[in-house]
Formats: sequence, C-alpha cells, structure tokens
Amino acid sequence: METSKPLLSVDKLSIQFGGLKAVSDVCMELASGDLCGLIGPNGAGKTTLFNLLTGVYVPTEGTVTFNGHRLNKLAPYKITRKGLCRTFQNIRLFGELSVVDNVKVAYHSQASHSMLSSILRLPGHFKGERIIEEKALELLEIFQLQLYKDEKAKNLPYGMQRRLEIARALAGKPRLLLLDEPAAGMNPKETGELMELIGQIKERFSLTVLLIEHDMHLVMGVCERIYVLDHGQLIAHGTPEEIRNNPLVIEAYLGEEVS
Amino acid sequence: MAIFRRMNGFFGMMILALLFFFIMQYIITAGIVGSFYTNMIITMGINIIIAVSLHLILGITGQFSIGQAGFLAVGAFVSAIMTMKLELPFLLSIIIGGVIAAAVGMLIGIPSLRLKGDYLAIATLGFGEIVRIIFLNMDYVGGASGMMVTHKTTWGWLFLWMMITILVVRNFTNSTHGRACISIREDETASDAMGINTTYYKVAAFVIGAFFTGIAGALYSHNFYFIQPANFNFLKSFDILIFVVLGGLGSLSGTVIAAVLLTFVTTFLSDYPETRMLLYSLVLIVMMIYRPQGLLGTREISSLFSRKTKGGPKDGNQQTIA
Repeated sequence: METSKPLLSVDKLSIQFGGLKAVSDVCMELASGDLCGLIGPNGAGKTTLFNLLTGVYVPTEGTVTFNGHRLNKLAPYKITRKGLCRTFQNIRLFGELSVVDNVKVAYHSQASHSMLSSILRLPGHFKGERIIEEKALELLEIFQLQLYKDEKAKNLPYGMQRRLEIARALAGKPRLLLLDEPAAGMNPKETGELMELIGQIKERFSLTVLLIEHDMHLVMGVCERIYVLDHGQLIAHGTPEEIRNNPLVIEAYLGEEVS
Repeated sequence: MAIFRRMNGFFGMMILALLFFFIMQYIITAGIVGSFYTNMIITMGINIIIAVSLHLILGITGQFSIGQAGFLAVGAFVSAIMTMKLELPFLLSIIIGGVIAAAVGMLIGIPSLRLKGDYLAIATLGFGEIVRIIFLNMDYVGGASGMMVTHKTTWGWLFLWMMITILVVRNFTNSTHGRACISIREDETASDAMGINTTYYKVAAFVIGAFFTGIAGALYSHNFYFIQPANFNFLKSFDILIFVVLGGLGSLSGTVIAAVLLTFVTTFLSDYPETRMLLYSLVLIVMMIYRPQGLLGTREISSLFSRKTKGGPKDGNQQTIA
C-alpha cells in the first residue's frame, strides 16, 4: 500500500507574507484512501496551508503534486475540477440561494449544456438541468437535507449549514476532500454524528480526507495519521498514539492543557 | 407531453404579452393618447431594457458597474452613424450598435472585472466618462453640438427588443449559468472553490448587459431626432443604477417595475429638473432607511402569487427550521 504513488504530495511548501513566513518547508504525503488530521495551535498556518493547496494563495516556494499533476499557479477553480475540493472554516455558503441551488452550483462544472442552449431554451438545457437536479437531490438525501431543499441556505441552523457545506464540496466529485474545522461550534452530539458522517461518505465516495480540527476527541477518534503544524512548520507526523506521546507536540500544543 | 407542460406557462405569458402589445399598438396608432404619452411609453420601454441589462450585471452577478451610460452612448452613436451616414436598414443598425457595445464591454470587462466593489465602480465610472469625451471630440458625429437622427423607433421595434432582453436575461438567470453568476455575487471565493470560472462569468454577464444597453442606446437615439454626448453623462449612469437598486437587487420584475415608476415620475417632473434630482435623492434615502433590499428584494413578482397557492408544505418546513 505504501509503495503506490501518493495522491497528494507536498514538497517544501512555503509562503511569505512580508516578513512573516506563514508556512515554511512543509512536506506531506497522502495516499489514496487516507484519513489524515492536521492540527496545531491557533495561527499555526493550517488554513493558510489549505489555501495554498487549493490555489487561493500562490506559494513562494515548493510544489504541490496532486494525482500526477502539478498544481502550482493553477486558478482555484481548475484545482477544484481536478478533484481537490474543500470546505471553509467560516461557513461560506451562497446565503441567498436555496439549499438545493447551493449544491447545483457545485455541479456546474459537470454541466453539459452551453450558455446559448440555456438562453434559447434548447432541449439540451432541459436535459442538463434535469441531470443536475437529480444529482443534487440525491446528494441532499445522503446528508438528510432534502426536506429543506427550497429553504434559503442562510436560514438553516448552524449544524445543517456545516453539513450542507460538506455536501456542496462533494458535488465537485473530489478525490481529496479538505475539511477546515468541520466540527467548529458543534455540540458533542452533533460532533459525534459528524464523525460518523465523515466515515460514511469516505467509504461511499472512496475519498481521501484531510481535516483541520481543534476537537481532539474527533481527530484522535477518526484520523489514521496526524500532521502537527506549529509556527508554519511541521513538527510531528504519525499515528494518533505517537502524536499523543510526542514531547514536541505536548510542548507546542497540548502542553498547556496538561500542566 | 412534458415539453407542453414545461412550455405552458411560457406560452401563457407570450399570449398575454402579445395582447398587451396589440392593445398598446392600437392605443398609440389610433391617437387615443397624445405624442407626449406615446413618448413616455417609448422612454419607459428603453429604460426597462437598460435597467434589465444592469440587473444582470449588478443584481445577478454583483458587479458594481456605474458606466452603463458609456455603453448607451456607444449603441446610440454607432447605430446613428449606421443609419444616417452609411444608410443601413434600421434593424441592422440596432444590432451593430449592440454588438459594438458588447465588444467594448468585453474590452473594458476583462481588465477591470479583476477589481472588486468600489474600485470596479470607479473604473466603470471612468470608462463612461471616457466614452462621452471621445464622442464630444469626434467631429464626425458633430462634437458637442450633436447629431441629427431620423425618428425610427416605433412601439413595435421597442416591444420586440424589450421582450428579447427580458427573455434572454430571465433564461440566462434560471439556468446553471445564472446560478454560477449568483454564486459569484454571494461569495466569490467560495464560487471559485466550487469550480466556477468566475472571470468568465463576470465578463459574460458584463458583455450581455453591454449588448442590450447598446440596443437600448440605438432605440434611444432614433427616438429623439437629435443626440449629443451630454445626454450620456454620469448622471445618466446613476439614473440607471437607481432603477436596479430601487427595484431590488436580484429581482427582474422589481427592476422592470422600478423603471416604469421612475420614468413616470421623471416625465412629469421634466419641467423641473432640479426638483427631479431632489426627489430622486429623497426616494433613495427613504428607501435605504425603510426598505434597503429594494421594492421586491430578491424575489420575483410571480412568487408573490405562487406562495399562496402551494404554500402548505413550504410553511411546514419553515416551522421546523425555526
């Protein structure tokens, strides 16, 4: 298994904002089917790393290779179309659009009908829209959001908005799903349901998942391997057991809680 | 069968529209209303086309353009040159006016749509003024003194283009392409992350909007015997902006209603231009305080009727959510 080519390999990735090196020399490898965690204290550069992977920021140094393609300097939408989809730490749904339309937007890149066929209402438009509609409703059902499909996304309760964000990211047919603090602001019961959901969708869509999370219970519970970031540098990497006992990690991150 | 059911509402609307067209046609040709009101109706139609164009750019795609008068001027002068200097047929001149305006829109849109919010507004404002100054210094179109144009805009031509504009914008909006544009308005970063080519759709909306504004410009120039660059100053751009904001950003029917209402008000206040601007400002201020989302918000007028007929399960959902 380890001998196969990694799905995502990050090599000496760095970004500099003025005098601050927000992410420096990060190397990581994710094999197909991995469920990895990315943890670190506040301001460690976790979200910045996500933004580098998805093309929101352009790295000053280093390379990202995904599924055999180099991602450097590709526009974010092109990276998404290669199968690397994400959710956001601060929920970024399309608030005025309905729940089902939020998912439909993400199916846009798979739509077959052209702008002209939509304007002239040619048969291709109706066929394309029907396919998108069917796919979107199917996905909403998996996430148990089908009852709320016509509701505006901004009117959903918080937990459902988080679920909808994951559903929307899945519509992009990802091979690698980046989840940025999916359990933020959730109560323990909701977090438990989320852990189950992540496991389910990972199997169902044969995903590779990389998730940022502060909830140690969740991270240690579901992740097979964990990367630890501190001050933009990778300080440890291993199984949850190894991370729990790593003195560097305890010092940088868990130390404050233990003492 | 499915096609018929799908088209049923569409045909119903078309029949209503045609009925409306013939009634108005009769009223105008039979001389029931004077030339003053005929002129007002034509102006309303032109304003509807302009407002719906900006609705696509600002209301749907969320790109703050206040240079629409520039596209209007391009359409007006180009089509006037076509009919007056090159003596081409009217229909062809209208289309050429629209196409040139669209081409200019693309030229302006590709670099300036990288800007966001206020910066885009300033850039488009600058563009509008540049266009005006160019025509002002062109002796070929008469410079500051303007250009004589024959009156060719009839209710028929106007109605045709008004329907085309509304249909194209409506069909575009209610499709995956329109949703892509709305997602840009809602959150550009997220839209990008969902695989939407945001630049492409921003430019597309801008070009379609510019095309129809150019068409409106052509109809405008052939309505008033005479055009001059001063007609297309930045105040004109603000008038257009007000239609869209007053109607509700994102509502097509709201935009149309606002265009009709404001044209009505403007026509009756045209003898007192100072009062008109005063009233406009007042309306905007009151609007921003009591109804910042505009007349209809993001809703369409049809949703006001359909809500009552099939509201049952919808209300049920709303309760569970609250």
